[in-house]
Amino acid sequence: MASNLRHVTAPLVENNPVTLQILGICSALAVTTSLSTALVMSLALTAVLCIASATISLIRNHIPNVIRLIVQIIIIASLVIVIDELLQAYAFEISRQLSIFVGLIVTNCLVMGRAEAFAMRNPVWPSVLDGLGNGLGYSLVLIIVGSIRELLGAGTLLGYTILTPASQGGWFVPLGLMQLAPSAFFIIGLLVWAIRSHWVGQVETPKFSLKLQRSRG
Amino acid sequence: MLNPLTPWQRFLARPNDDHVKVFGIAILVALISAAFVSTAAVALKPLQDAHLEAERAARMAQMLDTLPGMREVMEEAGVDTLETRVVDLATGAFATDIDPADYDIQAAASDPEQSTAIPPDMDVADLRRRANHAPVYLLERDGALLLIVLPVEGTGYQSTIRAMLALEPDLNTIAALTITEQGETPGIGARVEDPAWQALWPGRQIADENGNIVISVVRGTATGPYEVDAISGATVTSNGVANMLRYWLGPHGYGPFLDRLAAEGL
Repeated sequence: MASNLRHVTAPLVENNPVTLQILGICSALAVTTSLSTALVMSLALTAVLCIASATISLIRNHIPNVIRLIVQIIIIASLVIVIDELLQAYAFEISRQLSIFVGLIVTNCLVMGRAEAFAMRNPVWPSVLDGLGNGLGYSLVLIIVGSIRELLGAGTLLGYTILTPASQGGWFVPLGLMQLAPSAFFIIGLLVWAIRSHWVGQVETPKFSLKLQRSRG
Repeated sequence: MLNPLTPWQRFLARPNDDHVKVFGIAILVALISAAFVSTAAVALKPLQDAHLEAERAARMAQMLDTLPGMREVMEEAGVDTLETRVVDLATGAFATDIDPADYDIQAAASDPEQSTAIPPDMDVADLRRRANHAPVYLLERDGALLLIVLPVEGTGYQSTIRAMLALEPDLNTIAALTITEQGETPGIGARVEDPAWQALWPGRQIADENGNIVISVVRGTATGPYEVDAISGATVTSNGVANMLRYWLGPHGYGPFLDRLAAEGL
């Protein structure tokens, strides 16, 4: 049981899919302008990841090797379409804000990566836990980035004003940069730095070294 | 007796690189996924339509707010929304036997009984069929028309674009154009929903002095009352919007209705 629980806890921080495996970056940039969209995206991705891992693991012994990627993609794509339809039916406003990014979960390397690397080789229960753990790890990064971007970019969290902007008589000047995609890169970069400072083993050995030539005089 | 489970077990027992198994698994996975997706799409359609309808009503209210003085006129007239009437597009007369509250133009357009094929040479909006009747929304005072709103639809780059077109009482000047539904490329064609672009339309004229429909979307800078700037990078979508207006205000669209309105009034 303890080893099964590892599947959930390991991807949270030390083997985080975004900061260590660098997967799912594209959507992490796009949907983190506010915390609410980040939360819904996290929920959608975690659900897809768990169900896809379970389904693929269930039929893993009967998936012919030559068409395994196609079978995985079909299962993932169907789940994503259904989740998208559900969002349009029950969370219409949020589905408008997420626009194409729910559909793009299909191409999110994270889902395919876990299906191919874990669910194809492991029984159902560990696969579900692995999906859940990776989903939560992705969610954690999205929530952190979404909170920082919404708080510093608009002074709100989940739509509630935390820091009153100067335009409404407060002292806080919203940072426009936080609403733009590059800020997510900066925040994720800082997160990677923080995590790798703590777990030094994650630091990759550089493949190339820069030749330092200082001109003198 | 033949046990139905045995062929299934025999199929599963085949080696994974066997041709029958490869095709069998591919077809099975595709069928099950298709059934799953279709069920969800059909079951959730009513809920999604309700959201779209609510959004359309909100857009309509928003459009009325952008028209200067329209709210005051409505307050004086004691109404909070426009009056809906159903028009027979072929004759241009009001169809009094259809209840506007129950009429669904999109359902009618796909029903062969209630729709007409559009002749290819007139089908500039690439719609193929249109409903025989259309709901129009109007605001009148003492028998004089103050504003008329026509629902229009056309084909953009990759989706059907639906819009509300509000006309001034001269039936030739655009009062407002509001895109109510589109599925164009996000960030490119989807900018037709941008209020700044829609704000270019009010004041433009549809037909010239001779009654020819000349409104168009142009690249670069629009000159004259019949031209609107295209969205840069989204020429196909922009042209789709112009074609949509050309079709619906033409002789196969609201043309007969607008002619009758101009000649006889309400």
